[in-house]
Amino acid sequence: MLIFDRSRPGRQAVIPAIAPEFALSDIPESLRRKKPAPLPEVSELQAVRHYTRLSQQNFSIDTHFYPLGSCTMKYNPRVCHQLASLPGFLARHPLAPVRGSQGFLACLYELQAMLQEITGMAAVSLTPMAGAQGEFAGVAMIRAYHVAQGDLTRREILIPDAAHGTNPATAIMCGFTVREIPTDQNGDVDLAALRQAVGPHTAGLMLTNPSTLGVFERHIAEIAEIVHTAGGLLYYDGANLNAILGKTRPGDMGFDVMHLNLHKTFATPHGGGGPGAGPVAANARLAPFLPVPIVGQTGGGYRWLTEADRPQSIGRLSAFMGNAGVLLRAYVYARMLGRTGMGRVADYATLNANYLQAELANAGFDPAFPQRLASHEFIITLKRQAKTLGVTAMDFAKRLLDLGFHAPTTYFPMLVPECLLIEPTETECKEELDAFVAALRQIQQEAETGPEQVKGAPYHRPVRRLDEVRAARDMDLAWRPAAS
Amino acid sequence: MPFIPHTSDDVRAMLAAIGAPTIEALFAEIPPALRVADLPALPDALNERQIARLMAERAAADPQWRCFLGAGVYEHHIPAAVWEIAGRGEFYSAYTPYQPEASQGTLQVLYEYQSMMAGLTGMAVSNASLYDGGSALAEALLMAVRANRKSKSKRILVSRTLHPYYRRAAHAIIHNQGLELVELAYDLTGGHTPEAALAPYAGQDFAALVIAQPNFFGVLEEVDALTDWAHRQNALAVAVVNPTALAILSPPGTWGVTGADIVCGDGQPLGAPLSSGGPYFGFLCCRQELVRQMPGRLVGRTVDLDGKPGFTLTLQAREQHIRRSKATSNICTNQGLMVTAATLYLALIGPQGLEQVAATCHANTRSLVEQITQIPGVSRAFDRPVFHETVLKLPRPAQAVLEGLLERGILGGFDLSSDYPELGQAMLVCATETKDEMDLCHYAKTLATVI
Ligand SMILES: Cc1ncc(COP(=O)(O)O)c(C=O)c1O
Repeated sequence: MLIFDRSRPGRQAVIPAIAPEFALSDIPESLRRKKPAPLPEVSELQAVRHYTRLSQQNFSIDTHFYPLGSCTMKYNPRVCHQLASLPGFLARHPLAPVRGSQGFLACLYELQAMLQEITGMAAVSLTPMAGAQGEFAGVAMIRAYHVAQGDLTRREILIPDAAHGTNPATAIMCGFTVREIPTDQNGDVDLAALRQAVGPHTAGLMLTNPSTLGVFERHIAEIAEIVHTAGGLLYYDGANLNAILGKTRPGDMGFDVMHLNLHKTFATPHGGGGPGAGPVAANARLAPFLPVPIVGQTGGGYRWLTEADRPQSIGRLSAFMGNAGVLLRAYVYARMLGRTGMGRVADYATLNANYLQAELANAGFDPAFPQRLASHEFIITLKRQAKTLGVTAMDFAKRLLDLGFHAPTTYFPMLVPECLLIEPTETECKEELDAFVAALRQIQQEAETGPEQVKGAPYHRPVRRLDEVRAARDMDLAWRPAAS
Repeated sequence: MPFIPHTSDDVRAMLAAIGAPTIEALFAEIPPALRVADLPALPDALNERQIARLMAERAAADPQWRCFLGAGVYEHHIPAAVWEIAGRGEFYSAYTPYQPEASQGTLQVLYEYQSMMAGLTGMAVSNASLYDGGSALAEALLMAVRANRKSKSKRILVSRTLHPYYRRAAHAIIHNQGLELVELAYDLTGGHTPEAALAPYAGQDFAALVIAQPNFFGVLEEVDALTDWAHRQNALAVAVVNPTALAILSPPGTWGVTGADIVCGDGQPLGAPLSSGGPYFGFLCCRQELVRQMPGRLVGRTVDLDGKPGFTLTLQAREQHIRRSKATSNICTNQGLMVTAATLYLALIGPQGLEQVAATCHANTRSLVEQITQIPGVSRAFDRPVFHETVLKLPRPAQAVLEGLLERGILGGFDLSSDYPELGQAMLVCATETKDEMDLCHYAKTLATVI
């Protein structure tokens, strides 16, 4: 039932203010709204109950194991939420003068410094509002750099075929063309193809390491050499930073610019699809082009560095300064991990992934890259099950929902047929991983003895499989009041 | 170890299962030359008590002023239930609803949100959010260029009365694809964009005309005439609106003869605290015909295998995870939780509540202006009606006046001198429903002292 179905004319919940009769007398009728907005009229209890019940139809980290590959669904510590929600931070207007914002700016300044150290980069801008906006910033910086060099011929961005969809979409938004680079059968970038692809038209390469295939790109130094020699720059997609935190740094690998997904690596929540934060970090060569504002420190305290301080900046990507509340949560998390805690994240994320991969192999599942060590995530392919039993990766995923586990990422990366990309993260305990293995074993058994059972799953969720074709065809995208 | 559950027995058993001697051995594929042993610049870890103390000190270090500053971000009362419910772990810690059977809660909230925004703006479709108002405008303009089949132009007409930060952000994003913003002059008496300002451009090819209601000065534009002008020129009409104001102002879907084509703005007034700059959310609505050019996520209502109604992400062939380089945008993660809060906000205050909020904001701003303009040398810059913000001319530089107010605990407004030097000594002031008559009096008295 929709909230609109609970609506009754004249019912009210919270009315924060009552306006005087004459309030709108000076606004000409032609500019006024004629009919009230079709919003629901419900009581406070009705609203609270309606949305509380809806919340209960979700899987979430707080309620379920959520091994969604590439998404780093780790525990979102309550303390980060509580401290970022202190009234001093929430009631602060974004344009409040810096002299009354020193506490807030100190947190951001220190976060910038910590991210610099973790990434091995020279400078950081916190403004991008998600990973994809961080990518946009980085690739726009590459463009601005070439333009500043007077080099207008570099129009192409190279992207491995295993890359996340935001990479090619970002390159296009920045006005580039895209060329795909194939992956070899070990999951590494095909170096011969890369050598052939680079040239005076190459603006840069976008790369995730470990890649979306869940393995570390071993030839990264060579890749950097090839791209740099051709005059291009290297972009690092930081979505998988959890795997290498405190172990190796993109700056040391030869990357020129990168983003971090704080809503992955730094434990800020996903909120059912955001908000996130995608700070962008750059080496000395690209640092002048970082988006503004950036927090700077001068004798008397902290202040915003703007276009005036950084004339080569690519500018502003949002009206104000980014998702401050998300940045504060990440700051709290980073301070709680500290110097020794970063590497520990990578240690246990990697241990969990390799353990889960070993146990699943042991249970008869096929890792996509059995010859490789897993990073913080790994892929199993259900090609065999699809062929022999007619049960696909999607069927396995849906049946997992019945058994109380969120599904891994399905059908991404597209290179591996019938794949599940599995990322347990460091915050899950061994018992949870064992229970997940047991669930997949059970589904495998069901698939062998009664495949129809698996193909019809889920059965125990609020809805069964949805008619996606009808959704796209009928396009019921909004409730509308009955014609009056 | 904070947030890591492993006991030493666990580690031993897990390594044995893997067949690795140590955790360190699991990193063997990283070339040794690239390894770092330590991150010496990081501070030592703080425990929960220590970080709580530090953050409490930092938050308390920043004074809480009485806020009469708007300029795109507005202080509104947020009903207690909004964040009590939006903050529930089931909403807070869920991912994007890629598995609809395990995400009906989030999906239905998004569908209800889309419905409310469509109703508020008078448009057929709303997406499930973009990052913020500024970047939403950039997406709206990229969309307009793709969608306008009658125009070959990448040029867009924008009045100087549009928020300068929106123009700045839109430019930074769209110039990479060759789009160009062409600035329209405004009327110095009315503070609006008269048709006369458009006249020089008649007959030229433009993809879109941007219409802000209210504009940055708080002034109400002649939206019907502007919309019709755009359509006569084969340009799309792109509206930038304040969602609170839509409770009392004509919705863009009804502007002019056929209505605006694309509507965007910042949803912050709907349940998001000022929060230092974000997170807020951008909204984007459009006519039905343009839906396939829309960026971002869309939720649709459909049925399941048993014919039971349910919700799912739909028209995903527009999006980066399916279409990659051919997608309408690179956006992936959006501002989902803020939209959840906005849905709760709108459900809790309802149509009457929103109208009362908007009308009270307007009445408070009128009352404030009446009181302040009694002060010698202070006058309204423009004579046209406003929503809840207005430009005041001052007898002294705005910066000095605002400093004086700050010393007396008041965040008094926005100094217009750097973005609009032509206005001379002027500031933008806002009074929302959070202010009582007493607050308004206090502001007026304090301003008199300062001046
Ligand atoms: C590998 C990779 N790159 C980029 C992104 C985009 O990040 P965001 O969703 O924060 O925009 C994601 C996440 O979805 C990802 O997994």
